[in-house]
Amino acid sequence: MLLTDSSESSIKSFLKNLSPVDQVGADSRAAMLATRSIKTSSKLWAIETAIAMIDLTTLEGADTPGKVAALCTKAVRPDPSDSSVPHVGAVCVYNDMVKIAREHLDNNGGKEIPVAAVSTAFPSGRASLDVKKRDTEDAIASGATEIDMVIDRGAFLSGNLEKVFTEIVCIKEICGERAHLKVILETGELVTYDNVRKASFLAMAAGADFIKTSTGKVTPAATAPVVLVMLEAVRDYFAMTGKRIGVKPAGGIRTTKDAIKQLVLVNETAGPDWLDPKLFRIGASALLNDLLMQRMKMKSGQYSGRNYVTLD
Amino acid sequence: MRVDVRKTYKLFIGGQFPRSESGRSYELFDAKGIFLANPALASRKDLRDAVVAARAASEKWASASAFNRSQILYRVAEVMEGRRDQFVTEVMAQEGVTKAQATKQVDAAIDLWVWYAGWCDKISTIFGSTNPVSGSFYNFTTPEPVGVVAAFIDGSTSLIDFVHGVAPILAGGNVVIAIANEEYPLSAITLAEVIATSDVPGGVVNVLTGRTEELAPWVASHMDIDGVDGSGLEPSAYEALKRDGADNLKRIYRFKAEGSPQRIIGFMENKTVWHPIGI
Repeated sequence: MLLTDSSESSIKSFLKNLSPVDQVGADSRAAMLATRSIKTSSKLWAIETAIAMIDLTTLEGADTPGKVAALCTKAVRPDPSDSSVPHVGAVCVYNDMVKIAREHLDNNGGKEIPVAAVSTAFPSGRASLDVKKRDTEDAIASGATEIDMVIDRGAFLSGNLEKVFTEIVCIKEICGERAHLKVILETGELVTYDNVRKASFLAMAAGADFIKTSTGKVTPAATAPVVLVMLEAVRDYFAMTGKRIGVKPAGGIRTTKDAIKQLVLVNETAGPDWLDPKLFRIGASALLNDLLMQRMKMKSGQYSGRNYVTLD
Repeated sequence: MRVDVRKTYKLFIGGQFPRSESGRSYELFDAKGIFLANPALASRKDLRDAVVAARAASEKWASASAFNRSQILYRVAEVMEGRRDQFVTEVMAQEGVTKAQATKQVDAAIDLWVWYAGWCDKISTIFGSTNPVSGSFYNFTTPEPVGVVAAFIDGSTSLIDFVHGVAPILAGGNVVIAIANEEYPLSAITLAEVIATSDVPGGVVNVLTGRTEELAPWVASHMDIDGVDGSGLEPSAYEALKRDGADNLKRIYRFKAEGSPQRIIGFMENKTVWHPIGI
C-alpha cells in the first residue's frame, strides 16, 4: 500500500489507490459536528486546551521587531492578569524574525515555546528548490525548531507529483532532527476534497510531521470539512503505518466557537490522542483574544470586552 | 376572504433582523386585552451579540463627521414621515389612544429626530471650550463619545420615549443598544426598520425586545458597555444597575421624559488637547 520508491509512477499509483472523499458526506458531517454544544467545565477545558494549541502568528510585511517582541510576551503569558492561563503552542513568524522571537522568548521565561518559521518562499512557494533549501537552512540556523513549508500547488495541480514529493523530502532532510516539518497544502487552491486527501498523503509519505491547511493568505482557508478530510487522512495514515502525524488548521479561525468546533472535529475524527499540542495546532492571531475574553467570562461571570485584552 | 398577513416582530442586531437566539417570544396584547403580536424575547446572548455588533460599528460612527451624523439622523425623520400611518396604527393599538392623540405623538417623535439631528454639530461648540493657559499653547476641550451605550426605554409613551432613548446617544457619536419597553415593542421594531433603511450603518443601532428585568443585570456587568441610560428601569433595578455597573466605570444616568442635550453630553467624555502656538 505504501510507497516503494519516489518515482512519478509509484507516487501516482499510491495516490490512485486512495479511497475518494464523499464530498456531500464530509460537508454534512462537519456541519453536524459543529452543532455539538460544549458548556461549563468542558468549555473551560476546551478554551485552555485551544490556547495551548495556538501557533501565535504574525505574517505581515509590516512586522517589526517590536511587534514580534510583543507577540512573544503574549505567547509566554497570554493573560497578564491571570498566571493560570497556559502558554501558547508556538510562535510563528517570517524567517528574518526568528532570531528576535527566539531571543525574546528565552529572555522572558518562554524557553520551552518553540519558534516556527514559514520557509520555502512562503506564501506562494514560487522559487527554485535551491532557494527553498537555503531559506529553510537559514530559518533553522536562526533558531527555528518548526518549519512551515508550502508545497508547489502549481506542480501538484498540473500532475507533477514527483516534484512536490521531492521538495518535501529535501526540506525534511534539512530539518532532520533539528526541526519539525509542517507542510502547508493551501487547501483553498486545491479545488477538491479529493485533492486535499491526495496532497495530505503525499506530504505524509514524504516525511511531514504535520500537515497544515493554509498560509492564511488565501480564502477559503481552514474550513471545517477540509480539516475533517485532513484529520481522516491522518487517522488512515496512522492505521497504515502506526505513525501519528499532526494537523494544523490555519486561517479564518477567529472565535472561541470556531476553535471549539475544531476540537470537536479532532476528537470525533482522529480521536482524543490528537487533542494534544504535539499533534494539533491552530494557526491564529486574533483567536487568542477571543479565547481569553471567553475565559474571563467563565471565571468572573460577566462578559468581557476588548479593553481587557492586549491590542495586536 | 383574505388570510391575514401578520408581521413577525424580530430583533434588530448588527443591521439584521434575527429572531431571538433562544427562540423565545412573548404574547403582547393591546390596551383592550386583544392579542397583538408575538415579539421576540431577547436573551443574554442576544445582548452579547448586540454588544459585539455595536462595538464593531462604533469606531466608524464615532469618526463620521458631526455634520454627516446630523444628515443621517435627519434622514431617519424623513423616512419615518413616509410611514406615519403605520406608526399611528401601532401607537393606537399599543396605548389605546385616539387617532388624533396618536398622530400628535408620531408628529412629535419625527420632530424630535430633527431636533436631535440639529444637535450633532453643535454639541462640541456649546459644551467644548478653548481654555486660557499660561504658556505658549492653545488648549482645547472637546466632548468625545464614550462608545457603546445601552438604553432602557421608558414607557410613558410608546414612540417618543424610544426616540428620546436612541437619538441623543447617536447624536453624540455613540452607538446604542436599545432595550425596548416591554409594553411597547412594536413601535421600537418598526422604528428599527426605518433606521435600517436610513443610511444608519449596521450595528450603530441595535434593538432588543423582551424582559427588562432579565436583561438589566447582564447589561450592568458587561465590561464592553460604556454607558447606560436607565430611564426605563424601576428605582430598585436602577440602584442595582449603578452598583453592578461600577466595575468598569460605566456612565449611568436616567433622564426626565423631555428633550435635553444632557442626554447627549451624559455619554461623552471631555478630551483636552495642548497644542503649541506657532507650529
